[in-house]
Amino acid sequence: MGVESDLFCSGLVRRFGSNAAVDHVSLDVPAGTFFSILGPSGCGKTTLLRLLAGFDRPDEGDIHIRGARMNDVPPNRRPVNMVFQHLALFPTMSVGDNIGYGLKRQKVPSAERRTRIARVLEQVGLPGMENRNPGELSGGQRQRVALARCLVLEPTLLLLDEPLGALDLKLREQMKIELKHLQKAFGTTFVYITHDQSEAMVMSDQVAVMNDGRFEQVAPPEELYREPATPFVAGFVGDNNRLAGKLESVRDGLADLRLDDGSLVRGRLGQTAPNIGDRAELFIRPESLVLGGDALKSEYSSLRASVTATLFDGANSRLEADSAGQTLYARLPQDGSAPRLREGASLQLAWDPMLARVFAPGAA
Amino acid sequence: MNSGAARLSLWLLLTPFLLWIVLLVLVPHLQMLRVSFQVRESWDTLAWGLEQYQNFFTESYYWRTFVRTGVMSLFTTFLTLLIAFPIAWYIARLARGRARGLLFLACLIPFWASELVRTYGWMILLRESGLFSSWLQALGWADGPVEMLYNDVAVIIGLVYNGLLFMVVPLVTTLDGMDENLVEAGYDLGGNHATVLREVVVPWAMPGIVSGCIVVFMLTLGSYLTPILMGGKDSAWFTQQIFTQFITRFNWEQGAALGVLLLVLSSIIVWLGLRLTGQSLRKVMG
Repeated sequence: MGVESDLFCSGLVRRFGSNAAVDHVSLDVPAGTFFSILGPSGCGKTTLLRLLAGFDRPDEGDIHIRGARMNDVPPNRRPVNMVFQHLALFPTMSVGDNIGYGLKRQKVPSAERRTRIARVLEQVGLPGMENRNPGELSGGQRQRVALARCLVLEPTLLLLDEPLGALDLKLREQMKIELKHLQKAFGTTFVYITHDQSEAMVMSDQVAVMNDGRFEQVAPPEELYREPATPFVAGFVGDNNRLAGKLESVRDGLADLRLDDGSLVRGRLGQTAPNIGDRAELFIRPESLVLGGDALKSEYSSLRASVTATLFDGANSRLEADSAGQTLYARLPQDGSAPRLREGASLQLAWDPMLARVFAPGAA
Repeated sequence: MNSGAARLSLWLLLTPFLLWIVLLVLVPHLQMLRVSFQVRESWDTLAWGLEQYQNFFTESYYWRTFVRTGVMSLFTTFLTLLIAFPIAWYIARLARGRARGLLFLACLIPFWASELVRTYGWMILLRESGLFSSWLQALGWADGPVEMLYNDVAVIIGLVYNGLLFMVVPLVTTLDGMDENLVEAGYDLGGNHATVLREVVVPWAMPGIVSGCIVVFMLTLGSYLTPILMGGKDSAWFTQQIFTQFITRFNWEQGAALGVLLLVLSSIIVWLGLRLTGQSLRKVMG
């Protein structure tokens, strides 16, 4: 256990019947970090969060918060607060009373309560809103009240259960950045769960990718993107092309993969390496694919493909191509460097083998 | 032409409602109001006056009976709320699927029998030769037969039983709509059971609590059979006074005045209750 760690869990298991929603999860969150748990719906992330908050008990394993064991501590005595998915602001109380609720429970005298409520409202950018009713506020404002309600208690750990899910796209983008700034300003440790990879990537210091009750990989966002440890992470975090084939040979950590149409492609071998002769999958990101012939370097691996469509979306414009029945996406730079492509045109897609990953086929 | 047809259909739709309101509610009450201001001077002459109303305030038996009825009704309402809240909580929040339907049915079934039958059911249990009395004797806790009927406790038992469903239904409806996360947030922010109940659950359920209380209070105040049968002839319920005036003493004028007073005074109590709890009738009934 790290000395500085705010949250430390070891071997957490929570079963529902024969199905383990949380399956031997261990995690260590250093103080002051923004830690995200990213996973598809049904992966057990909400169950994990409820274990941390104390609404549910683990069947196995321990939860330590700042070194103190929390397994038998009820939710109202944990130094942990939660921002709920639908916020759960008390509709019968004003904004000020919502924020004051927790302070009242801590027996903070009313004069001090008032100043602390005013201060935290100022910090989240809603000064003087004490007497408003939560129902009169906009989605983004309610979000901030829910945050203020927790942060005013100065918890060791703040749990957030996909609180941005209910907001519209534009506001969500804005709140993402704001949440990150707020976390920095308060210095509170955040544990944030989401199924939206962009939320996790933008805000977090560390991201745990969860699948089927287990952590697939825990790493900073950039490492997650560049060095996925498992095929699930490679497929789930960011866009990726997947090519299926048979592993032919391995040399210096580079694997040669024979695709079903007979062409040979190359990529770096991942951690879960298949045996020679077994099925394997190669992952290559759309932005790593190079179009056309002239810029090709000798060590590049390449594939012939025919253009199916060009998908214009500003900076995210992509090319959809087909290679022996497998669909590939390549990024189309909008700086004029990309060639004009017609539908059905044939082209060469190439990549640096160091940027591709080869894994044994995963479940996802 | 078209608007004429629309107007006609509107009137046709309104007719049953208007007939109901005018013939069954407005006319009898206005008639009652008129009779209550008539003073019988001799066998064939009538004058207008407030004599009946003065009687209510000067004859202490009348207003004492009213106060007693009101206080006991308030107490009954409060007791019904205390008993109904856990039941409603269980039905709305904890029971699932089939169990939920069955529990609701269990609350409803007694109301398939008439009030008379229900009250006699309780009398079978509570009377001197009844079930409870014989159990107490069999267990050796009582030497002889115990009479549990014909006192205020028996009256309140009967009234609470009659009011229970009317309290449970609005409570289940409001509690059902409460987000589970609100309760969890209440605990998460440091509240214990008592504070979560007081600060989160009860304020949320307030419209249901108030509407249930109004219905049960009015029902109890205006009930006649239960107090008479379970309280005996000395139960002194206000509706009994009205009955006595109309039927026994054939003093319709006094009976009408008492009836009007019951309506006015109970409305004032309900209004006070709404003011004290900070609720409005529109919110509670809407």
